[in-house]
Amino acid sequence: MSITTLKINGQDVVTESGKTVLDAAKEAGVAIPTLCHLEGVSEAAACRLCAVEVKGTPKLLPACVTPVSEGMEVETNTPKLQDYRRMIVELFFAEGNHVCSICVANGNCELQDVAIEVGMDHSRFSYRFPDRGVDLSHPMFGIDHNRCILCTRCVRVCDEVEGAHVWDVGNRGEACYIVSGMDQPWGEVSACTACGKCVDACPTGSIFRKGTTTGEKAGDRAKLEFLVNARDKQEWSR
Amino acid sequence: MSKIRFATVWLAGCSGCHMSFLDMDEWLIDLAAQVDVVYSPVGCDLKDYPDNVDVCLVEGAIANEENLELLRHVRARTKTLISFGDCAVTANVPAMRNMLGGAEPVLKRAYLELGDSTPQLPHEPGIVPELLDQVRPVHEWVPVDIFMPGCPPSADRIRATLEPLLRGEMPVMEGRDMIKFG
Repeated sequence: MSITTLKINGQDVVTESGKTVLDAAKEAGVAIPTLCHLEGVSEAAACRLCAVEVKGTPKLLPACVTPVSEGMEVETNTPKLQDYRRMIVELFFAEGNHVCSICVANGNCELQDVAIEVGMDHSRFSYRFPDRGVDLSHPMFGIDHNRCILCTRCVRVCDEVEGAHVWDVGNRGEACYIVSGMDQPWGEVSACTACGKCVDACPTGSIFRKGTTTGEKAGDRAKLEFLVNARDKQEWSR
Repeated sequence: MSKIRFATVWLAGCSGCHMSFLDMDEWLIDLAAQVDVVYSPVGCDLKDYPDNVDVCLVEGAIANEENLELLRHVRARTKTLISFGDCAVTANVPAMRNMLGGAEPVLKRAYLELGDSTPQLPHEPGIVPELLDQVRPVHEWVPVDIFMPGCPPSADRIRATLEPLLRGEMPVMEGRDMIKFG
């Protein structure tokens, strides 16, 4: 195993070469906020919340897909980053229709959690109030596109862990949304095994079990990491 | 030192924030001793929003012309305006009508399509305020000094926001106890 040494917030960090800045920071006990990152599946770098400053480049780099390199100097929590992170979270709220008080995930929502973390008490951006749909065609689950932040965790967990690839991303820009099957109603997609992994992967209340009402979506995100470890490392208990 | 002139207003909201305000229970007695309640649907009987108000809690989004008129009075006559609860801060549930488009499709849906008998659009100028095309949060119309999210904000959160103001300090709106939405 070759190793790489770098500095994170001035602290010397030694990690395995090839790891990401996010992994290295985690090992060093430095918390970087994330939303689209999910243990057990590949990275998408969709949310940009984990952006960090790296000495020598004016660009902000997403920690989840930036590999460590020798002598790298990373800052994870500068005023500039704090400002951008809060802006990103405000844009998430302004982009969709996030009505926390009537959401299944109220109190157990990662979007709500990061809003608190970045200190968002209101959105400086005007809410868009887009006209988005709700698909309740599946016998067990529903997807409410109003609450979707396009993190693509459902897409990745279904493809990489369940192997069913029910989900994908359709369209571009403001029309972008999560499609099931060949852009069919979810209930008509025969590839769906009704395993519920997308429900656990979803950071918000967008994908839920039918019958769940306000604040009742508990979620079990660690289950996905457990499943992956069970398969890859034969760790069968948690 | 003269007492703090305190007001609360109720715009497009369910009054749940005001109910949560009343949930402060016995602390309301302490509060009453330290402030003059000059305008409030739950605290006094005055019909006109007065001048020189020190602190005002504004519950609700801005959904109609009456909401907007009162809000503009509040802003012009108040030192510290607090956006009180999710409807004021995000427009929340009242804004779910925005997804139908403007005021006209909303009225048609509610009063014509869903009208059981003699469906007709409400129209009584000067009595029934006209709907604004979009329901919007308070800070999209006037500057706001303090944002207190929550649906409703808990009594503890309201108290923790007001207590520093009574001492002449600004509250620190940070962390789950103070700024969680919903």
